[in-house]
Amino acid sequence: MSRLQTRFTELKEQNRAALVTFVTAGDPDYDTSLAILKGLPAAGADVIELGMPFTDPMADGPAIQLANIRALGAKQNLAKTLQMVREFRTGNNDTPLVLMGYFNPIHHYGVARFIAEAKESGVDGLIVVDMPPEHNSELCDPAQAAGLDFIRLTTPTTDDVRLPTVLAGSSGFVYYVSVAGVTGAGSATTEQVSAAIERLRRHTDLPISVGFGIRTPEQAAAIARLADGVVVGSALIDKIENAATPEQAVDGVLSLCAALAEGVRNAR
Amino acid sequence: MTQSNLRTGPDANGLFGSFGGRYVAETLMPLILDLDREYELAKKDPEFIKELAYFQRDYVGRPSPLYFAERLTEFCGGAKIYLKREELNHTGAHKINNCIGQILLARRMGKKRIIAETGAGMHGVATATVAARFGLQCVIYMGTTDIERQQANVFRMKLLGAEVIPVVAGTGTLKDAMNEALRDWVTNVDNTFYLIGTVAGPHPYPAMVRDFQAVIGKETRDQMQAQEGRLPDSLVACIGGGSNAMGLFHPFLDDTSVEIIGVEAAGYGIETGKHAASLNGGEPGVLHGNRTFLLQDDDGQIIDAHSISAGLDYPGIGPEHAWLHDIGRVEYTSVTDDEALDAFHKCCRLEGIIPALESAHALAEVFKRAPTLPADHLMVVNLSGRGDKDMQTVMHHMEQSQQEKH
Repeated sequence: MSRLQTRFTELKEQNRAALVTFVTAGDPDYDTSLAILKGLPAAGADVIELGMPFTDPMADGPAIQLANIRALGAKQNLAKTLQMVREFRTGNNDTPLVLMGYFNPIHHYGVARFIAEAKESGVDGLIVVDMPPEHNSELCDPAQAAGLDFIRLTTPTTDDVRLPTVLAGSSGFVYYVSVAGVTGAGSATTEQVSAAIERLRRHTDLPISVGFGIRTPEQAAAIARLADGVVVGSALIDKIENAATPEQAVDGVLSLCAALAEGVRNAR
Repeated sequence: MTQSNLRTGPDANGLFGSFGGRYVAETLMPLILDLDREYELAKKDPEFIKELAYFQRDYVGRPSPLYFAERLTEFCGGAKIYLKREELNHTGAHKINNCIGQILLARRMGKKRIIAETGAGMHGVATATVAARFGLQCVIYMGTTDIERQQANVFRMKLLGAEVIPVVAGTGTLKDAMNEALRDWVTNVDNTFYLIGTVAGPHPYPAMVRDFQAVIGKETRDQMQAQEGRLPDSLVACIGGGSNAMGLFHPFLDDTSVEIIGVEAAGYGIETGKHAASLNGGEPGVLHGNRTFLLQDDDGQIIDAHSISAGLDYPGIGPEHAWLHDIGRVEYTSVTDDEALDAFHKCCRLEGIIPALESAHALAEVFKRAPTLPADHLMVVNLSGRGDKDMQTVMHHMEQSQQEKH
């Protein structure tokens, strides 16, 4: 079983949702980012999404845009992101780690080389925002053939006609983007999320994680009652933005992570 | 003449060879598929065709003249040079050809809010114009750097009732404006139509914008036939995203006797790295929904383009151009800021036409090429826009070069 499958199965047995945390690799610099990454599991992160920085993050709001700029300013690149995963894996072999980003840096690195090195580094899955199922053969298919999960985003605009197409190539879990918009923007009501999950369940047995606009332990708890996973990104990244020192950045992210984890764990 | 078949693309997935496609976030996929369906229906609908023709004629002012540039021809002492006068269109550039087509489509789809990105401001002005004409809300994204150098166009857009939103991200130029427009679109999926200004973006935009711009090439064929009784021997157009060029080139792609030349912006020179020449100085990659040639660094990060002309200041190029470059049908060359400025001045003095700095890139190529060609060589240059918007930039450069001389 893959790490993602194992983790979601365990949590299902414990009757609780997963806390899925997103941070951008190399934000604000390599060492601080690695310290955050290494601290996340102990702070209660069940699944880690690690952003691969890109100059043009078209689906991201201001917080993650700035994280990308900080990371690129500190000379983060794909090779270093994979190195960061290797270093993370020296101390953690259980927490699933998913790389998230845009296609161009992967395209430039070389798809085959990227997949091989991602697998070897201990990456469990990929979320590539601008890679719809129409282009499966370019990345999704070879990634899955190599044993990497390919996690798809579904959105409020993904109707019942399109859902099967989107889910066909999905594995690991399904990431439901609860609002049409960029990351860090407004949030959906629990009624809307509940209806959306019900609809998704009719189409898939994969775990469903919900993200976009979830910032507080209370919001996380509300979603954790409905979904298999709760994704938080921008709120964590704001802690890095607002930190005066690297220590404050690490502490800020991990403290919020712990609070979110408590919300998620006590939700049901 | 050998018959080839280069005008049938893209395929159902929006691919020209390996270029194009639909690399967008899932939120946008249903919208893009919907747009594709609606456009396929509209372009075969006699009512839509009739209405488009009406607005092209009576609102845009088409056909634009194919003008024999006698003094330019004399000066060059070679090829016979014709200017396709797109700068005479309403709003002063070719951009309106596409805007009028897309706004009719937006109305047909019941969209009430129009968004667009703009670089030089010409597409923004053209979009604000058609939005005003059809009484639709209009929001234009424009980089802060571009706002600074194109203030007259910003004022025009506001006069026309559009809201101009400054984009500070990145270097505040066209690519950043496009990112921000895409972010708006994923947020306002229900009521908003994204009116892309060039032959780039996810399918169907590259094909649709090309189709609306192809009126340039179709008219040129007929006009050249009427004036010279035959096809031109060569076509020259400048390329940023590449819509004016694609519009002129497309109807001639299968005419193997017609030599086709696209001119990219070399900025300070390709070797300096400060340029906007995606084909001559970039590599294939994926940005803004399509696979094409991009300016990028060793890590696949996008590099900011540089050109004196805001309209060419984009690190990508339409995917159909990428394909035509790949198969060698079109020759893509480049000219520097200085060469374009020189051509700009010559065109003003020789023909009494102030060209846009974008179009001046095409003219610069003509000054290189025409003198080497025989007098019976018929060359068509797309004069894609007028230079009124560039007064500030040109003044600034003239002052700078004056100071350098002292």
